[in-house]
Amino acid sequence: MNILTWLVIIPLLTITGILLVKDARQAKIVSAFGMGIQLIVSAVIVYLYVAMRKAGITDEMVMISSYEWFKSLNIYYTVGVDGISVAMIALTSVVVFAGIFASWEMDDLRKEFFISLILLATGVFGFFISLDLFTMFLFYELAVIPMYILIGIWGSGPKEYAAMKLTLMLMGGSALLMVGLFGIYFNSAPDGGELTFNILEISKITIPIEAQRWFFPFTFVGFGVLGALFPLHTWSPDGHSSAPTAVSMLHAGVLMKLGGYGAFRVAMFLMPEAANEMAWIFIILTTISVVYGAFGAIVQKDLKYINAYSSVSHCGMVLFAVLMMNRTAMTGAVIQMISHGLMTALFFALIGMIYGRTHTRMINEMGGLMKVIPFLGVAYVIAGLASLGLPGLSGFVAEMNIFFGAFEHPDTFRRVATIIAVSSIVITAVYILRVIAILLLGPIRDHHFDHLNDAKWYEKLSIVSLLAGIIYIGMAPLHLSDIIRESVMPIVDKLL
Amino acid sequence: MSLESFTIMRHELLLTLSFLVILLAEVFTGEERKERVRGLAVIIFGIVTAVGFLPLPEGSIFGDMYRATRTTSLMKNILNIGTLIVFIQSYSWLGRAENRDRIHEYFMLLMTTLIGMNFMISAGHFLMFYIGIELATIPLAALAAYERFKNRSAEAGIKLILSSSLSSGILLFGLSMIYGTTGSLYFSEVAAEVRDMPLVILGFIFFFSGMGFKMSLVPFHLWTADVYEGAPVNVTAYLSVVSKGAAAFIFIIVLFTVFPVIIATWEKTIWIIAVLTITIGNLFALRQKNMKRFLAFSSIAQAGFFLLGFVGGNQLGMTTVIYYALVYIFSNLAAFGIVGIIADKTGRESMDDYDGLYRTNPGLSIAMMLAMFSLAGIPPVAGFFGKFFLFVAAAEKGFYVLVTIAVLNTIIALYYYLLVVKAMFINRNETPIEPFKSDSMSKLGLAICLAGIIVTGFASGIFEMIRNLSYGI
Repeated sequence: MNILTWLVIIPLLTITGILLVKDARQAKIVSAFGMGIQLIVSAVIVYLYVAMRKAGITDEMVMISSYEWFKSLNIYYTVGVDGISVAMIALTSVVVFAGIFASWEMDDLRKEFFISLILLATGVFGFFISLDLFTMFLFYELAVIPMYILIGIWGSGPKEYAAMKLTLMLMGGSALLMVGLFGIYFNSAPDGGELTFNILEISKITIPIEAQRWFFPFTFVGFGVLGALFPLHTWSPDGHSSAPTAVSMLHAGVLMKLGGYGAFRVAMFLMPEAANEMAWIFIILTTISVVYGAFGAIVQKDLKYINAYSSVSHCGMVLFAVLMMNRTAMTGAVIQMISHGLMTALFFALIGMIYGRTHTRMINEMGGLMKVIPFLGVAYVIAGLASLGLPGLSGFVAEMNIFFGAFEHPDTFRRVATIIAVSSIVITAVYILRVIAILLLGPIRDHHFDHLNDAKWYEKLSIVSLLAGIIYIGMAPLHLSDIIRESVMPIVDKLL
Repeated sequence: MSLESFTIMRHELLLTLSFLVILLAEVFTGEERKERVRGLAVIIFGIVTAVGFLPLPEGSIFGDMYRATRTTSLMKNILNIGTLIVFIQSYSWLGRAENRDRIHEYFMLLMTTLIGMNFMISAGHFLMFYIGIELATIPLAALAAYERFKNRSAEAGIKLILSSSLSSGILLFGLSMIYGTTGSLYFSEVAAEVRDMPLVILGFIFFFSGMGFKMSLVPFHLWTADVYEGAPVNVTAYLSVVSKGAAAFIFIIVLFTVFPVIIATWEKTIWIIAVLTITIGNLFALRQKNMKRFLAFSSIAQAGFFLLGFVGGNQLGMTTVIYYALVYIFSNLAAFGIVGIIADKTGRESMDDYDGLYRTNPGLSIAMMLAMFSLAGIPPVAGFFGKFFLFVAAAEKGFYVLVTIAVLNTIIALYYYLLVVKAMFINRNETPIEPFKSDSMSKLGLAICLAGIIVTGFASGIFEMIRNLSYGI
């Protein structure tokens, strides 16, 4: 069996394992074990991929395998990866692994929690390996729906409202996406011949421009909802702040990347002409996302809201970079997805751990935490510095590529948009440093916080695995960008 | 009649035979052993369902008034599966003291309606079609009033018989106009004579309205909620699944074989009715608190989704309608089954009663969640595939606006289906439904439904088989 399919099978086996074991303690061990194996398999896939490229294989996608599913509609279960999806798979397995350990001490319905979480991960892995639009869409929805249960049962605050809002908005996005996919499917054989859902085959033909004009917005906006495209981002702050720790990690870290990934892999790759025509609308919207998200984060007092708005800003940057349609910016977009995935997961993990100790998420109720929980404090500072783009950490590499690539464009419109978007870096610095100053430095404001315990072993494991990724990408960015750069080319070539 | 004609009519004949067996069994069982009729009926009907799947010849008899093709046989088999599940689900409810002297009536009436539906599906002539419809409807009214000591049940029976006789009248009026213009009632001859003439269109509209009543399409849906709420749960399940499925089958057959010439007219009508049915069904379902009423309105919306397969007149449309009917049978019967089990054990039917159900009855809650997800069209359960393919069928003919309206409606539908999930999994309750053990027959019925919900989607072979037997205009 194809090694990629194992990425879907291992989570399913893990779920079966959780169902079979008796108590919750065993359930979390099974989850950790399963996701540990998943991490290893992902590493093997990255290794194999690099080896294949070294051996001179220049196919667009590798490790392809295909099984016929619904014959009369030409639906296949087709999997394959390129550099971008390999990178996303690696990110996902790291975040899921960290997420399991971050939720090591759930109190209520633990088995169900891990099952839903891993089911969500199954959807994400399946999405990244799919080359068939039908299968991709199936996994996409599979990744969204467990969120409802996860937020609804284990969330905090106005969780029922947040869960419903998030689910309905994301499913609304996927409804639009579905129409877009039909448009692509029924125009996938303009000269006669068999209709297909296969991305690679559709990319070889040109969908008639009239159809593209209709269906590009559907597809792009459909994915854009998940990628927090302004003004459809409103689910994100509510959803992230109500979700339990591991779910926020997975959702902001990985699930929102489905939007960005789909936007260029499906919408732009398959309908490049319309993408070029309409890019200006979405550049304006994403520029707003970037700046507005950053400003939104400044005024928030709740740690999770700060991070949720910052995610809007950073994910907006992904879509912004994608729309710049050149190699540097696209590479930057993918690195940004990885980098933001790691650091936002780290943020949410830390917030969850801090909340678990202080029982508040309001920054003005806390202070001087660095003195009592130095490990978490230092990790928070590093994540913050990565987020504001300090050289040597992953955020810098991503933003450098994005803005450098965006400014390459000779036309004034894109340059102006870039200048506006760049301002978000400064605003990011403001809200990150403000939080660090209030939360970690200064005197301890509440004597209840005098005797907090620092991170336990499982929390450290979770944090270190994410930190390692951030520092690794920051220190050796070429390892990652070499994997991505070649795979970005086919997409960029179609867009030019 | 030759032996061959017996095999052609095997669905109807077997049903008639089992009908007689149950009648005899009723006569010859003593007072204290009446309950055993239940088991007998389930076993006999299981055999009938199994025999239905044997490959047997196609053909027509009674001078082409009755036609049997592999398509009609497939449709009948699907209805048989649905009815079998209903039989299994009614098993424990029929064992109650107040129902004990009427067990045979229940099975006989249900089988009679099924015979009517089978004749209706196999009809090659509008008279046969009409007889089938009447045979399918009148016993249903008796069934709706089955709990005759309950006012609501009696009311449901009256409402059903009144509204269905009205719709039958309208239907007949339409047929008479069609007869007046084409000079025949044979499907094949009418099809050859139908032209885009005002009287034909008028006749068609009347016919359409009559079928709209049977399928409870908006604006002919007003009887649905009251009847569904008043009738016993199992009868409601039958009404909303098997009866509706049969109406959809015969409707699509008549549209595709008798009225292909005026497709330009009816595709517009169906377009509008589909939008109305889905939207209004959804909007009403939003506010329902009684589970039966809730499922009634959701099933109105579901009927609207069926129309997406009608609208293009394409082969894919017919395939997806049959396929979706199968998926819908499993999903909706699972939902009704659970509502029935809970109502049977605790007498509680309101959505608020389901608060915190997961903590006390996890198995039932998960089954209900799967049923809800299947009705809402969430992967990986079968409803997702069913809905997706219905939309593909409409999109194939370029009805993108209709598809867009329909997919946006699935979000509204998702909202109210999630409300049930929310009640069971998220809400807390001071007085939750006590943990209880269901009896083995209820479990069996639920297991069949759940297996169907999970397997029908992934197993592409089922879809391909239906595809091979379907036809377009």
